[in-house]
Amino acid sequence: MSPQQTLATGTAVRAPESLTMAAALNAAIRDAMVDDPTVVLFGEDVGPLGGVFRVTDGLYAEFGETRVSDSPLAEAGIVGTAIGMAMYGLRPVVEMQFDAFSYPAFQQIVSHVAKMRNRTRGKIPLPIVIRIPYAGDIGGVEHHSDSSEAYWTATPGLTVVSPSNPADAYSMLREAIASDDPVIFMEPKSRYWSKASLALPVQTEPLNRAVVLREGTDVTLIAYGPTVKTALATAEQAAIEGLSIEVIDLRSLSPFDDETVGASVQKTGRAAIVHEAAQFGGYGAEVAARLTERNFFYLAAPILRITGFDIPYPSPKLEEYFLPTPDRILAALSTWEWS
Amino acid sequence: MAAKARTRPKQVEAPGGEPADTLREYYERMSLVRAFELRSSEMYARAKIGGYCHLNLGEEATVVGLMAAIETRDYLFTGYRDHGYALLRGLSPERVMAELFGKSTGISGGRGGSMHLFDSESRLFGGYGIVGGQIPPATGVALGLTYQQKPGPDAAAVMCLLGDGTTNIGAFHESLNLAGLWHLPIVYVIVNNGLGMGTTVEKAAAEPDLYKRGASYRIPGVRVDGDDVLAVRDAAREALQQARESRQPVLLEVMCYRLRGHSVVDPARYRSAEDTTIAQDSDPVPAFRAQLIAAGVLSETDAAAIDADAEARTTAAVTFADESPEPHPDDLFKYVYATSVANAPSALPGEPVMDAL
Repeated sequence: MSPQQTLATGTAVRAPESLTMAAALNAAIRDAMVDDPTVVLFGEDVGPLGGVFRVTDGLYAEFGETRVSDSPLAEAGIVGTAIGMAMYGLRPVVEMQFDAFSYPAFQQIVSHVAKMRNRTRGKIPLPIVIRIPYAGDIGGVEHHSDSSEAYWTATPGLTVVSPSNPADAYSMLREAIASDDPVIFMEPKSRYWSKASLALPVQTEPLNRAVVLREGTDVTLIAYGPTVKTALATAEQAAIEGLSIEVIDLRSLSPFDDETVGASVQKTGRAAIVHEAAQFGGYGAEVAARLTERNFFYLAAPILRITGFDIPYPSPKLEEYFLPTPDRILAALSTWEWS
Repeated sequence: MAAKARTRPKQVEAPGGEPADTLREYYERMSLVRAFELRSSEMYARAKIGGYCHLNLGEEATVVGLMAAIETRDYLFTGYRDHGYALLRGLSPERVMAELFGKSTGISGGRGGSMHLFDSESRLFGGYGIVGGQIPPATGVALGLTYQQKPGPDAAAVMCLLGDGTTNIGAFHESLNLAGLWHLPIVYVIVNNGLGMGTTVEKAAAEPDLYKRGASYRIPGVRVDGDDVLAVRDAAREALQQARESRQPVLLEVMCYRLRGHSVVDPARYRSAEDTTIAQDSDPVPAFRAQLIAAGVLSETDAAAIDADAEARTTAAVTFADESPEPHPDDLFKYVYATSVANAPSALPGEPVMDAL
């Protein structure tokens, strides 16, 4: 599916305006609902309240209760119902209010959402988008700050993506809704209020592609979602010290864009991945293994992971120590032998 | 919220048969919870409290009534709207406020925060930040009790609090089925404030008379006015008695109002002006205060002194929390495992955080 096919042309181009990521996501859902009457929205308090992060603000008023409905507090029920709606021919977009609130729905997502298409030999696709606000840096605790991506990326059958900026948020969500595959759409909470000037409907790179956000020659720094900003700040800081860092925003965690990332690693010979989730068994482990398998003879040093610690997400007073920072990333890079 | 019995404001009536000291004490507790919660809201606005913060404002009669009914030997589980329960379980306002502040002197060293107030000594087993999280563990404690105790008036029981929205989650039904099936000594208390965040009970529950939802598990349901502290206490006592003496689980629904939004940051714009007015009119704290004054239990001066004392205790709690030391980053790795088996070297205790990858 090419990106050109995914955005319907019925949405008129609007004048550029300053939009937060939350507003861009809102616009994406709205435009998708205008273009496609089969798109329906439900979840906990997504109606009149507009969702905890106001991503669905105004949609209930515009589209009415048939298409935008509040669900009871029942995540397994929400996802399970979405499965049925998708089987029936609709395109449900459902919201898990917070990352860790998705765990009651784990069974439905892993055992059914991910497997239905394969189970039915392609006869029953599930065009479902499960939106999950994730990660920390907002002073939440534990389950309000979880990075749950590795649970989903470890499950074949799911497409797992995470935008890092408002333009991608709009474009990727439109493409996710238009996709015939179930998409776990991970929204970095700390970036909800980041702004960009956008002329909607904006279309960025295809959903399954990584992008090089900043070119460099010495190190490939791989990030996604909330840590992209950190990676860019790191590159900025490193440049002052004469280190040239190439920053890649993965965008799509699964599938993984081997081509874009591999080319960068072959160029720089050094790579590090940054994520908020704990390190052990985390997504970075897969990235490191995969890149090593395919690019071993280009590598001058082992691939590093700069991540949250292997502890539950800490309390607000301690999260600054937990989150990867430019200083921590640069300290990690300095452990390499540079010759 | 049409199904709720909106009977407030009530007629002033003498709380007959209750010793004046008891009534006075209940008012002291209500006043303390009120003062503590108002101050929590203020401290959140001043960014002294991080994370998420849900208040008992408007539910004071329920909090005091339930905590007057539960015995020291009983076990208490709550959702995330837990400050008042922790205070009345005997935890000092200082240590609770310090926990809200995330300070090292908090009841969990600042680790749990507002939504996870735990104190195993007083058998307060949380404080759960995810809807429904507390219900299966509470049911498990009740099962544990059946292994170790005989039913009787001196037996312990479990009180598991939950919100109205929680009755729609699978864990509620799975747990009630087990409790009904295995005759567990547990009282599930639905604190029904009419709103699951912004969604009304009628929009969320196919059976909005929530106390009836135990029917398919043969668990009797009772509904009580949550603005009436004595009625709440008596209903909870009766339910606990059935649990401890007959191992009959009970579903108790307490009808109350939330004075403010779901959490401190929620402006509650889904709420109609009329509903807000009713919530304010039904405010149990001034109502109980007026009731006691009218009945001659308290003079205006007594009541003002009680309120002033609650304020003073809260102020002391804030001062204590404010002056307490911050948690140390070395502490990050300290309590994740009982033994040092962390996966990455960075997670070993004692290692300076900033040097770790």
